[in-house]
Amino acid sequence: MEDLSLHILDIIENSIAAGATNIEVEIDEKVMENLLIIKIKDNGKGMDRRTLHKALDPFYTTKKTRSVGLGLSMLAQASKEADGSFDIKSKPGEGTDITARFVYNHIDRKPLGNMAETIAACLVSLQSGMDLRYRHRKDNSEFLFDTKKIKKVLSGVSINNAEIISFLKKHIEVGLNEIAKKEK
Amino acid sequence: MKKLKIGDLEKIRDKVRRTAVLRQGRSRAKITVHMGTCGIAAGARDILSALMQEIEKKKLNDVIVTTSGCAGLCSREPMATVEITDKPPVKYVDLTKEKIKKILEQHIIKGSIVSEYALAVGSERTH
Repeated sequence: MEDLSLHILDIIENSIAAGATNIEVEIDEKVMENLLIIKIKDNGKGMDRRTLHKALDPFYTTKKTRSVGLGLSMLAQASKEADGSFDIKSKPGEGTDITARFVYNHIDRKPLGNMAETIAACLVSLQSGMDLRYRHRKDNSEFLFDTKKIKKVLSGVSINNAEIISFLKKHIEVGLNEIAKKEK
Repeated sequence: MKKLKIGDLEKIRDKVRRTAVLRQGRSRAKITVHMGTCGIAAGARDILSALMQEIEKKKLNDVIVTTSGCAGLCSREPMATVEITDKPPVKYVDLTKEKIKKILEQHIIKGSIVSEYALAVGSERTH
């Protein structure tokens, strides 16, 4: 994976596959503290202790289509390479909570990448009844995107429409540009 | 880029409501982009993005786009499956932005399979 936004997309796809109806993504760029924190939380089917114990083993997967399970282990590896840490909590029937920390200016810290494109891709994947909340902070500035609010405006029209997704992608790009500018 | 307003989304919503085929309803085609770890690492997000842009540009309101996990052939990612109503599904492999645009034009719009990019015709059907 070239950047962290692709890892995030991969983890969100896991949440969707786990039947989550609420997915929360938080990105905290604490530039002053030289720290980047990524949190992904879902209320999907979760994992039992045995599965959780093996979740970071790249040669373990619950999938039937292939014999390797690289997603979580690659994000854990990316945080490790940037002198960070990786934490995963999960309970069957309750969901999964992932936190990856990175030293912000570490030479081996992957770039964050295109988060607008990642969230837009997730909107295509979301089934009806699923919601995604994305909060992005950069020091004291914040951008918030919540499909629950968007769905209220759409009042029954599906979010999975090319024109709507294109609009929302631009909305996220503008929002992220604004918080980046405020910090400068 | 100027700030986007909720009012702009309301306008799009009203337009979509007038023209869109409901997701649960009958549509011309369904395209599934495979977004497992392998697909994402190979560039599936770019394929999906190019596909959505092209669908918006061509104003195709009767095409469903969705995603799924790994299809089991990681070395041939990015992959997509095209299902035209009442026709067998076709799996396309080793995709690029240019290839998916051609598939949309030739297969979805004109109904002719792009055989040079296709892995197989048949297998599972979801549409």
